[in-house]
Amino acid sequence: MLTGKNALVTGASRGIGRAIALELAKRGAFVVVNYNGSEDAANETVAAIKAAGGDAVSVRCNVSDFTACQEMIESLIKEYKHMDILVNNAGITRDDLLMRMKESDFDAVINTNLKGTFNTIRHLSRYLLKQRAGKIINISSVSGILGNAGQSNYAASKAGVIGLTKSVARELASRGICVNAVAPGFVETEMTAVLPEKTQEELKKQIPLGRAGQVQDIAHAVAFLASPESDYITGQILSVDGGMAI
Amino acid sequence: MLEKLKEIIADQLNVDADSITAESRFKEDLEADSLDLFELVMALEEEYGVEIPSEDLEKILTVQDVIDYMKNKGVEA
Repeated sequence: MLTGKNALVTGASRGIGRAIALELAKRGAFVVVNYNGSEDAANETVAAIKAAGGDAVSVRCNVSDFTACQEMIESLIKEYKHMDILVNNAGITRDDLLMRMKESDFDAVINTNLKGTFNTIRHLSRYLLKQRAGKIINISSVSGILGNAGQSNYAASKAGVIGLTKSVARELASRGICVNAVAPGFVETEMTAVLPEKTQEELKKQIPLGRAGQVQDIAHAVAFLASPESDYITGQILSVDGGMAI
Repeated sequence: MLEKLKEIIADQLNVDADSITAESRFKEDLEADSLDLFELVMALEEEYGVEIPSEDLEKILTVQDVIDYMKNKGVEA
């Protein structure tokens, strides 16, 4: 269904990004697995995609770096001619209570999660404009919708992603480019595994569907928003959270 | 330069080249929206190898403005 499409997934070496990369590849897309720190994990993701019969490459780039994003996207266009799907998944957490939060922890989270999303869209949109088609999917979070104690930086970055998504959706709609966000709830990944067990149990109690999310739950929603089946959907925030944000 | 410009503008804005004159206003006469103008600027930058900063766009309202702007930048055609 995504045969012939090229997809760039940021932060795709691990967790939700990895699952998204695998899912898009499974549906026929050629996937660029972006990573920053985890080269081995990124190469493993590429190997897993190839083992499943798909095609992918890994590309290192720190998405919080405006110029680095420009260089990455220009070289991808040069090499692969077109990019059809952009998934802004790269994200970090630096949780702390606001009163204790370091300025550097606030900045780091905003720079990767929000500005990183801006950076890739900023540099790729001119090519999507020319193509008169494209799908941009940004990963937000239930924290950005409801807020979350201890995550003021993360929640602010993810709420920012929602505003960015809706604005860019309006700007690019006349050219047939769809821009949406997926807002995961509590998903079992390395990122959430660091939370104390008690916190994890408490979080699970808040989920109406009664279970934690799996990375595939998010990947399926992203794959839908990347496919022609969602061509009439733009500017939306799709919560994939077992009902947490109802 | 006008002939070449007409070609680029017609292509970018999807209008008939014959309907374009030096006096044509992009927004009013050629019905270009802000994204059209952005794409036109990209095409001009590519064709003439100049950089057109966003703040200069306010001064470019007609086709003649583009010709004058390019001449100012040292582009002769």
